[in-house]
Amino acid sequence: MSQTTEPTASAVAAGEPATFPPRRRKKTNRGPIWLRPRFLISGTIVALMLLMAAFPQLFAGFGSDPNANCNVMETNQAPSSEHIFGVDIQGCDYYTNVIYGARASILVGIVVTAISFVVAAILGALAGYFGGWVDVIISRACDMAFGLPFILAAIVVLQLFSERTVWTVIFALALFNWPGGVRFMRSSVMEVRNREYVQASMLLGASKTRIIKSHIIPNSLTPLLVLQTLGVGGVISAEAGLTFIGIGLTPPSVSWGLQLAAARDYISAAPHLLVFPALFLTLTVLGFVLFGEALRDEFDPKGK
Amino acid sequence: MLGYTIRRIGQMIPVVIGATFLIYALTFLMPGDPIAALTGARPLPESTVAQIRQAYHLDDPFLVQYGNYMWGLLHGNFGIDFFGRPVLGLILERLPTTFALALTAWVLKLVIGLAIGVYGGLRHGRAGDHFALVFTVVFLGVPGFVIALGAQTVFGVQLGWVNPAGISAGWPMAFILPALVMAFEAAAGLARLTRTSLVGVLRSEYMRTARAKGLSPRRVIWGHALRNAMIPVVTYLGLSLAGMLGGAVIIEAIFNIPGIGGLMVTSINNKEGTIVVGIATMLVLVYLFFNLLVDLLYGVIDPRVRV
Amino acid sequence: MRTQQTQQPDPAGDHPLLRVRDLDVEFDTSKGIATAVSGMNFTVQRGEALGILGESGSGKSVTARAVMGILDMPPAKVPRGEILLEGEDLLTISAKRHRELVGSRVSMVFQDALTALNPVHPVGRQIGELYRVHRGYSRKDAKAAAIDMMDRVRIPAAASRVNDYPHQFSGGMRQRIVIAMALALDPVLLIADEPTTALDVTVQAQILELLKEQQVERNMGLILITHDISVVKEVTDQVAVMYAGRIVEHGATDEVLNHPGHPYTQGLRASVAGEELKGQRLPAIPGTPPDLLRLPDGCSFANRCPFVTDECLEQVPPLESVGAGRQSACFHTEEVLDHVTA
Repeated sequence: MSQTTEPTASAVAAGEPATFPPRRRKKTNRGPIWLRPRFLISGTIVALMLLMAAFPQLFAGFGSDPNANCNVMETNQAPSSEHIFGVDIQGCDYYTNVIYGARASILVGIVVTAISFVVAAILGALAGYFGGWVDVIISRACDMAFGLPFILAAIVVLQLFSERTVWTVIFALALFNWPGGVRFMRSSVMEVRNREYVQASMLLGASKTRIIKSHIIPNSLTPLLVLQTLGVGGVISAEAGLTFIGIGLTPPSVSWGLQLAAARDYISAAPHLLVFPALFLTLTVLGFVLFGEALRDEFDPKGK
Repeated sequence: MLGYTIRRIGQMIPVVIGATFLIYALTFLMPGDPIAALTGARPLPESTVAQIRQAYHLDDPFLVQYGNYMWGLLHGNFGIDFFGRPVLGLILERLPTTFALALTAWVLKLVIGLAIGVYGGLRHGRAGDHFALVFTVVFLGVPGFVIALGAQTVFGVQLGWVNPAGISAGWPMAFILPALVMAFEAAAGLARLTRTSLVGVLRSEYMRTARAKGLSPRRVIWGHALRNAMIPVVTYLGLSLAGMLGGAVIIEAIFNIPGIGGLMVTSINNKEGTIVVGIATMLVLVYLFFNLLVDLLYGVIDPRVRV
Repeated sequence: MRTQQTQQPDPAGDHPLLRVRDLDVEFDTSKGIATAVSGMNFTVQRGEALGILGESGSGKSVTARAVMGILDMPPAKVPRGEILLEGEDLLTISAKRHRELVGSRVSMVFQDALTALNPVHPVGRQIGELYRVHRGYSRKDAKAAAIDMMDRVRIPAAASRVNDYPHQFSGGMRQRIVIAMALALDPVLLIADEPTTALDVTVQAQILELLKEQQVERNMGLILITHDISVVKEVTDQVAVMYAGRIVEHGATDEVLNHPGHPYTQGLRASVAGEELKGQRLPAIPGTPPDLLRLPDGCSFANRCPFVTDECLEQVPPLESVGAGRQSACFHTEEVLDHVTA
């Protein structure tokens, strides 16, 4: 680890400093990001899950509705060539159900994250850019929202509704998911704002819109987006966990959390009911986490 | 240090007020009538409703209700539930179980997370480090309750090493499985933070100084690297102890542990708003208390913030 | 050589205090092997101050770290050479023996005192640690010794500041603490790596004065690494000018700087503002130093050199004696010497 930046030699007024060996083994040239294994695998998982959430019909060959083709006589049947994931308690094809379960999880994950992203971008930028009382108000609000543990706050909100749809869950999770992002955005905007070249362009009379557009947004919005991507997995996990203990989604919603909850009573009789939604849920969360990390390593090597 | 302590406590007060206010407002400003919820489908006579409303001060302006509630809190009064039992008593009855679970999990997490994080950090870039990273990705990526379910099925039901649910076996046997599940899930984040922090410290100039002083590797690591590496970790640790109280709610439900989480879920299903608010308030107070402790500890290990 | 491991330090013997012989340092990077230092040869006697002058990336700091044994290996490696401290080769002695010598016989002052000091320990403990580790002092004695040392580098009210943390000191005072740490165990050799670069000009002078005074008082060997010609002039007896990992000129400071025998030294000298250049454009050396990953076959300075000939592009000029106690690595030394005096 050798030091790479010495102050430019004052007495050695000789052009640029020598190129010095990087201090440690830097990322070797592994080609474009979309060809790297981690990105490729996680990206494929994420893309598949998104597709599954948007167009479950594409994947479910057993009809356009998870409740089609149900036969109560076949309840809890183990996987077979006819029903590759088996049959659930109501006698419905489990594969179709699991496929349709993706929508709730993905929707919650994406929408909650998107809301947090927008809120964080706006509030964080306001607080960081204008400072002063705007900053004080926003920062204190963050402190207060941080005073509530995330899951606990979500539970408090969710329990107010007796029938909980995807949108109820989104509302409850989004309500307290933003403070981290706001703080992050605030500090990165402040940092960018105080950089010398930004100060210089302010002094040269660049308009606020111009500064925000050409300096603040590219330098702080991308890292925020990456940070939020990292959170998608957590949100999906939280939704499924809450649903599983009976505080999240309620029937007639279809979701992996609900399927897992229902499967608990049949652990020994029909373990496949537990395995498949758990597998899909794990794959999704893991996919989003890996995807977020691949993005972060690419765009924000410092945060590693 | 005293000034620092007082200042931190001072900064905490608005947060306590704000957080409790949020909980209270969320519960009581939301649509829905607590009395209707209480009585279910069968309507009560007008006079009874009025009586109840009066008894629970439901006709007062919201801020007055909140003020009354806070005033009660200051006197240790968390209100009473709809069966007339004091909420505080209900909570205190369950709190030790939850604390036992959260604390066990926290200690396990501390050991696992620090061990893996320090190992990964010291072996930075080598095989051991990659192992540590894979470990953390798996535990960050697999949802905690899925691990819980899996562990319960395998170790509880199939292998029969521990009771799959309940706490009849007492501490530690009844707590070991749920605590381990919570610990592994949380250890991943801790391990990462520790590793990153340690790698950063190991690259710092003062590590070079320490070696230039002719110190043994052990002294360099223990005397100079770890304490610096722990600075960000301590913050995280304190917050996570409080966070574990929240996480315990879900784990308790899965392992059927009669702690505060169980109480909360039952109360939600019974629409016992006062209990839910009481628990949330209690957990928030505990959470903030730990935050404060962490801040103070932070001042002890990092002299730069003590000014 | 393993046999040297048992050899005792012998300050009275005919070993010079420090002799560096044929030292190479390479960095293994993702883009290939970078040669940071090659064929380094120099000696330092007791009581002598050697300046190593060069710009960023010339290998001067790497040399210092190699002597101290604090290069990070990997990526650094030392494929060749000897670093003999009073006859003992620091590259081959056991790790234990190395730790005994480093910090006590040979010690180092770093460039940026704020980052060189551990932020979470009081300065007194950081100085005292040396006494505790190397001499087995008790906590109390170590603290007393630390206060004494802080006094000697003229930190005001040392006794009351011994428990303060690095961030509570000014830049100049912090550098004094780093110096106190380096001098604590009475080293025979002190290496100062850009000790004043991070400081204000007025403080720079004080720190240099302190270093010089301590060096004379203790009859230490001193290696002063810097990019600043005026610092070299002020403090050192001998100077080695480095360029792209090699010593290009070596000799008595006054001689070398007043009558450079190497075009690079000449360029350095010319680029310092002086009275006679008032009102004129400061001459700079054109071009940039070579990429250490792809050093040219010939002289590294050839692409920037006004004296360049075909010979320079084909062969690396060896460091050869060019008069009493002077060496230069240039095929045209005579010409350069004449050029200056003319």
